[in-house]
Amino acid sequence: MCRWSWGLAIGASVTLLATACQREVRPFQDLTVASDRAQRPTLSSISPGSPSPAPAPAFSPYQNNAYATGEGKRLFDAFNCSGCHAHGGGGMGPPLMDDEWIYGSQPANIFETIVEGRPNGMPSFRNKIADQQVWELVAYVQSMSGQEPIDVLPSRSDHMRYSTPENARRAEVPKQTGTP
Amino acid sequence: MQSMFHPAGPVAQRIASLGWLLLAVCIVVYVLVMLVTLWALLRRRPVAEDVPRTTRRLTRTVMIATVVTAVILALFTVSSVVAGRGLASPTGPGAITVDVIGHQWWWEFQYRDVTPSDFVTSPNELHIPVGVPVHLKAISRDVIHSFWVPNLLGKRDLIPGQVTNTWLQADDPGIYRGQCAEFCGHQHAHMAFVVVAEPMDKFLAWIQHQRAPATGPASDEEKHGHDAFMHSTCVMCHTIRGTDAGARLGPELTHIGSRMTIAAGTLPNTRGHLGGWVANAQGIKPGVRMPPNPLNPDDLQAVLTYLGSLR
Repeated sequence: MCRWSWGLAIGASVTLLATACQREVRPFQDLTVASDRAQRPTLSSISPGSPSPAPAPAFSPYQNNAYATGEGKRLFDAFNCSGCHAHGGGGMGPPLMDDEWIYGSQPANIFETIVEGRPNGMPSFRNKIADQQVWELVAYVQSMSGQEPIDVLPSRSDHMRYSTPENARRAEVPKQTGTP
Repeated sequence: MQSMFHPAGPVAQRIASLGWLLLAVCIVVYVLVMLVTLWALLRRRPVAEDVPRTTRRLTRTVMIATVVTAVILALFTVSSVVAGRGLASPTGPGAITVDVIGHQWWWEFQYRDVTPSDFVTSPNELHIPVGVPVHLKAISRDVIHSFWVPNLLGKRDLIPGQVTNTWLQADDPGIYRGQCAEFCGHQHAHMAFVVVAEPMDKFLAWIQHQRAPATGPASDEEKHGHDAFMHSTCVMCHTIRGTDAGARLGPELTHIGSRMTIAAGTLPNTRGHLGGWVANAQGIKPGVRMPPNPLNPDDLQAVLTYLGSLR
């Protein structure tokens, strides 16, 4: 009886270990969904006639992907986003680690902000950053205010930095402010 | 051929000699031990009254074997210390100093000069003059890599934030392949480079040529390629000296047309390979830092023509 139950317990643990492990996939190039105009969000709340503008789709190819978020963090410095946004705290540009979102907090909104630019200084990176890298940056921008699961958020930096690591920050609840 | 048993310089020669010495002595010892073991298995057991005499003989044999072992180990120690001291510093004054910078997953070789505009950056291709010691100052920009040219020197680790000084010397002109020897991520296996050892006058001519900025686009096609390069994703990461492109994330492309390989020794530098690489590097080297680039076919062909003209 005792031996039998031990065997069962060990068998169950091994099965659990083998099946519970969900390995993250690193997609390097299958970004077919990238950026059709039809899937992109509208930039204005005003539209002619009766239909209301479609809300921004919540889709991002790198949702919940720790590798892509880490790559985004690297690119955030490499492409000098930090030059205006500091490391999320803001400077010449608005802070990105707080709960205020001027142009929408959905991944598609952030994609649009990077690709098309925004008034008052955000440049348009259209044709200058490949879609794949824009989505990686989107994933990192989301992670700065904790909009990703904690196991996805970056925990360390490659360089000296005094700010709290992304996975140790308070997760903010996005709030639409609408004032640039 | 990439082999430590075909040394082409004094550093590799010392390592190879030490290796051969260790190998030869170990083979002799191994064969002797096996023979003695075989003899012990096959010989007749001594009769009872001979035992004291046999024991005395045994004691003497064990003592001799111990002394011989100690002498061999001492010889090994001395020869490895001598070889190690020989590797530590060059035999003559260093002719040139090259900065070796490891990146995921490519190599950057920088030749400094008193005039900053004369700095030369040569990705994945280390040119050295023959017969003189070359100092290397190695550093890494991301993770630990290891610099290894089996025909010229042993592995030296590149540590982020710390300069590793080493040296090499090639006595025979030739092209020697090198390889990263410390696992450094997804494409560690495709992080190779070549060492081109050539006579001093040819080396000086090479570095003189590399100092020149890129020549402006000559034909309409090259002009089209130049404009497509400057207006697309390329310009965010690559430098072409003499143009507006000055980013330092990827390898410098000022003289890419004169290089033997692309993608850190992964492919020969032909127009077809370069085209595949620019359009979708992820299909060739999955995980590489270069993203797929959505250039339209006309722009892509023009960019390839332009890059080919950067000799």
